[in-house]
Amino acid sequence: MTEIPLWSLAVLPAVLGVATIVAIAFDVALSARAGGRAASLTEAVVVPLREAVRLLVGQRRVTTAADRVLWRTGVVTVPLAALMAALVLPLGGVAVADLDVGVVWFNAMEILAWAAVWLAGWGPNSALSLVGGYRFVAQGLAYELPHMFALITAATAAGTLRVGGIVEAQSGVWFVVWMPVAFVVYLLSTAAMAFQAPFDAPIGRDLAGGVAGELSGVDRLVLQGGRWLLLVVAVAMSVPLFLGGGHGPLLPPWLWTVLKTAAVLAAVLWLRRKFPTVRMDRFAEIAWVVLIPLTILQALAVAALVLTW
Amino acid sequence: MLSAVLAWVFGALALVAGALVFRLDSMAKVTFALLASFLFAAGEVLLLGLGYLGVVIVLMMVMEMVIMVVFMIMYMMNPAGLMPMAMFHNTRGSATIAGGVFIALTAGIFLVDWPERAGRAPADSTLALGESLMGGQMLTMMTLGLALFATIVSSVVLATHRGRYDRFGDDLRADHPDDPIPGGVGR
Repeated sequence: MTEIPLWSLAVLPAVLGVATIVAIAFDVALSARAGGRAASLTEAVVVPLREAVRLLVGQRRVTTAADRVLWRTGVVTVPLAALMAALVLPLGGVAVADLDVGVVWFNAMEILAWAAVWLAGWGPNSALSLVGGYRFVAQGLAYELPHMFALITAATAAGTLRVGGIVEAQSGVWFVVWMPVAFVVYLLSTAAMAFQAPFDAPIGRDLAGGVAGELSGVDRLVLQGGRWLLLVVAVAMSVPLFLGGGHGPLLPPWLWTVLKTAAVLAAVLWLRRKFPTVRMDRFAEIAWVVLIPLTILQALAVAALVLTW
Repeated sequence: MLSAVLAWVFGALALVAGALVFRLDSMAKVTFALLASFLFAAGEVLLLGLGYLGVVIVLMMVMEMVIMVVFMIMYMMNPAGLMPMAMFHNTRGSATIAGGVFIALTAGIFLVDWPERAGRAPADSTLALGESLMGGQMLTMMTLGLALFATIVSSVVLATHRGRYDRFGDDLRADHPDDPIPGGVGR
């Protein structure tokens, strides 16, 4: 895989931004359909953009004795973490940076979201938003280990931590074929990481918005936009990890990457509204008792296959 | 050249962030100042060409500090740790010790003869690290892992006030454990 020059650093946010807007528009259309009517294309695109503009000009809410430094740091870190994780994301044969330790880099940047969301909950000095922050940490502890085992399984099969190497290793069989458990667990954790439904307890209605409850104006836009960005980036990473990256017949690699990402993203967005919000006490036990043993078995099976082949 | 400049900048920032740990008066700010200090230290490790170790420090320290801030604030003596506080205990003594250690380490940098590099840097430092940890030291690592895990399990067992007789009844015959929080597996 080749690295593209430094100017791509400026292009990356634009590309991801467009992908995120498309994802949100699709979600608006799905919401309209769930409400029993068809959304027009203009509505799907205009509604999120209008909301973004409204937030941009909106006034910032001020809370008593807020910890502003940490609050702002937390809010800004959500999209920043997504963008930095995306540095190793390959589009066909190119990536901004094809690091030796790409998978570990990706994972480390995702984990910044832990700190970010907790800080966003702590900052406004409000009980409900702090509870939201705590919920995210509990959720993080539950999803992160299965998520790490899923990542390790793909890296084990390829014998490298380089994302480009993992894509090359799938020129024959895609990893999803012999590590379906890791793939499913990975997708679960992408939704949990971006605290999207059904893992949206940290911003739950029962907490009056939780982490996002005290956010208004541009702060709210940055956090909510960052959440969507996280989801798009994490879902996009499933393509080089499990779905063969740019490999495919006829079409050029970059187009395959885009098509696969769009397909997985659409599936995730469609599926996420089929389930009610997961309660943390329940999900924690499921993660520790079911998901971790399953992903360890998956990693064991893959490791055994790699050693014997 | 660039890496030398970056090394000095990261070093200075790590020191400043470390000092802030003792200047700030909020538990949350203190924890994240400490995290910032660790992240700048990770920057130094990355500059040494140890990509895996540097990134893993970022990964581990962010997780660790987030968990720490939750526990620290939970166990603060004032409600939710929201009152101003200081990180000092035995102010003068600890300042003397910290200053002394800093001076001794800095003096060591200048006084000790630095070794010449023996051999060349490995092409893949991650692989070299893995082999030196998991090749020769595999038994040590496995023993260490088991010991750590056994410690965690036994401390949890000792700390919890509920035992198996509370969960499964006096004759241990209950079909479902009687847990205060039911959990999601539906036992």
